[in-house]
Amino acid sequence: MSTTTAAHHDDHHGHPTGIMRWVASTNHKDIGTMYLWFSFTMFLFAGAMAMGIRAELFQPGLQFVEPEQFNRLTTLHGLIMIFGAIMPAFVGFANWQVPLMIGAPDMAFPRLNNMSFWLLIPAAILLVTSIFVPGGAVAGGWTMYPPLSVHAGMSMDMSILALHILGVSSIVGSINIITTIFNMRAPGMTLMKMPLFVWTWLITAYLLIAAMPVLAGALTMLITDRHFGTSFFNAAGGGDPVLFQHVFWFFGHPEVYIMILPAFGIISTIIPTFARKPLFGYASMVYATAAIAALSFVVWAHHMFTTGMPVAGQLFFMYSTMLISIPTGVKVFNWVATMWKGSMTFETPMLFSVAVVFLFTIGGFSGLVLAILPVDIQLQDTYYVVAHFHYVLFSGAAMAIMGGVYYWLPKWTGHMYDETLGKWHFWLTTIAFNVTFFPMHFTGLAGMPRRIPDYSLQFAEFNMISSLGAFALGLSQLLFLYVVIKCIRGGAKANANPWEGAHGLEWTVPSPAPFHTFETPPAFK
Amino acid sequence: MSQDTKNYYLPGASLWPLIASIALFLMAGGFSMFLNKIAPGKYVMIAGFIVLAYLLYSWFGEVIKESISKFYNKQVDKSFRWGMGWFIFSEVMFFFGFFGALFYTRNVSVPWIADAQLLWPNFVATWPTAGPAATEAFTPMGAWGLPAINTLILLASGATLTYAHWGLMKDKRKQLTVGLILTIALGVTFLFLQAHEYAEAGFTIKTGIYGATFYMLTGFHGLHVTMGAIMLTIILFRVLKGHFDSHNHFGFEAVAWYWHFVDVVWLFLFIFVYWL
Repeated sequence: MSTTTAAHHDDHHGHPTGIMRWVASTNHKDIGTMYLWFSFTMFLFAGAMAMGIRAELFQPGLQFVEPEQFNRLTTLHGLIMIFGAIMPAFVGFANWQVPLMIGAPDMAFPRLNNMSFWLLIPAAILLVTSIFVPGGAVAGGWTMYPPLSVHAGMSMDMSILALHILGVSSIVGSINIITTIFNMRAPGMTLMKMPLFVWTWLITAYLLIAAMPVLAGALTMLITDRHFGTSFFNAAGGGDPVLFQHVFWFFGHPEVYIMILPAFGIISTIIPTFARKPLFGYASMVYATAAIAALSFVVWAHHMFTTGMPVAGQLFFMYSTMLISIPTGVKVFNWVATMWKGSMTFETPMLFSVAVVFLFTIGGFSGLVLAILPVDIQLQDTYYVVAHFHYVLFSGAAMAIMGGVYYWLPKWTGHMYDETLGKWHFWLTTIAFNVTFFPMHFTGLAGMPRRIPDYSLQFAEFNMISSLGAFALGLSQLLFLYVVIKCIRGGAKANANPWEGAHGLEWTVPSPAPFHTFETPPAFK
Repeated sequence: MSQDTKNYYLPGASLWPLIASIALFLMAGGFSMFLNKIAPGKYVMIAGFIVLAYLLYSWFGEVIKESISKFYNKQVDKSFRWGMGWFIFSEVMFFFGFFGALFYTRNVSVPWIADAQLLWPNFVATWPTAGPAATEAFTPMGAWGLPAINTLILLASGATLTYAHWGLMKDKRKQLTVGLILTIALGVTFLFLQAHEYAEAGFTIKTGIYGATFYMLTGFHGLHVTMGAIMLTIILFRVLKGHFDSHNHFGFEAVAWYWHFVDVVWLFLFIFVYWL
């Protein structure tokens, strides 16, 4: 436990084995691996909840779960996918890739890095065991709006405290990433020569340290309103339930960019590799990312167009939201321009990246539709919103993560993954995803409300199609698990650089990457 | 050892992160049991605090040991500076959330409740207010008694801390020690007066939105002053043990930054919570 000088020197040559290698790890690669497996476990867990939701919605009427149970499923599905699956997956990528990409020996604070990971475990335990406490799991939606959340049972306290712990983990992790990027780059790697993935994570880390403390504030007010008699969200005491929505979404909107900017970084790395051309408009990509991040703090109330706001406020938030489509458009343009006249090949990571460009853009456009105030008033809390955020979060964030996993698996494991099975996974995922969520645009426009376990008969066909797609989507992820395990256990040997067109420091070290890399800083152009 | 200072120091295997996770699990689990009146909650929570205290003592102790063994080079020192700086920024954002709540209720939601005339037709928007459903009158906190004295105390503590810092830079150990002791004494006085103010206050945290914002903002500030005072005390003990010199004193500076941050938060509190 206590590090003596001798132990310190030993660690540079070997590493602890058995369970201590993981529990007491100070190695960015091992910690990254733990993040990624944690994320995938949570992905399957929350995915199983989604299967429950779609099973209930397969037909009109109540078949499998009570309405209360349905609400618990939607709430936990959202909370766990966001905080347990997507965010840890990106931190896993940051752990593995940022030190390798900038030529650093490890993260700046290796012990704190491990703490960020191990804090996920108590939070996950609190969230999952809250299912079994009296009153059942939280059922008020992942946004936890009062007054419902003020009156909910013990599971709400457990979820609030779980989110507090996750916040600590994110803030510590982000400080670590910022420090690593600013202080530990290889000599010669100026900021504007950094790989774009590193840039997107740097900006994401800033979003996290600015947004997570505000969430902590909102949650603290919620818990004092629940138990200590404060009136933050109680109009009788001069407070306002809408105040929670303001504070929550001040965190919540940066949060959605926290979940997409690293995805942008991943596909900005993959597309140049398989188009065999440098990324088009590198500098504009950096500035666009920064612009998206800055704008994310002044658009929050577009989540609240129907909850009471002066018209001037509604107009401000409508226009500021629409502004975001400009830097996002710059990015999409640059990805397409990178592919333009490239010598393209379509290995699995590239397939995922092209799909992300195409499908995320659909999600971006439906976001633009929702930003239009009079339209949003019609569409608030309909399945159109569900379609929109799954197009950005699944076919944006989650599919970029999958593409990134295929792209870097050879570096992580030293083996090539099974290309045929990878392509099967891609096509099954993409087709099933669209079958699941595309019809939700129609049901939403036709007025089907979200978070309700039953629906009127005219929505029956589309819902049945969605459910069938969802089951296929869920099952295809087991194929993903199989491909990854197969790749870890064996397969064709991967070279240091298995991709013809890949550039960057991470491809200069052997595959699999040795336990310690860049103990002396590498030369960078 | 000279080799160590050339390379960036990378610690070996450490169980502190796991112990931190256990501490937070006990605290959070115990607190949720306590809030819901499940018997062992309080004890689980206390156990969590004890584990946390043990952890902080040992982990920081280990880092200090590494520091005085000269494991850390310039680059590691810079990492600590980046880390502390952005940690303080995250604290700023935490307070920003509560100040945002204060501004929103004062300028938006309280006037709206009065304008709406629906549930409480006789409610007039004023500040401070305990809300439209309040039945009892209360005395709000004035700015020019204790709070003004407390402002002077905290500002003075910032000055004494800088005096101590000058002492450290010029290798005047006595000036350093005296400056630190004065700073801690002023901090403790501030806390004592703040506790007195709470005890004499004509309202509670349940006094509507005014009581809620007042106690939440000043309470979290007081918590930070307490933490700062503890940190300063640890720095004082380290100074007495002969730690720090004019080149190598990040621990001192980090705590000083934190103390000044707490100072600035108080100025905002004084203006927006007590005065205006």
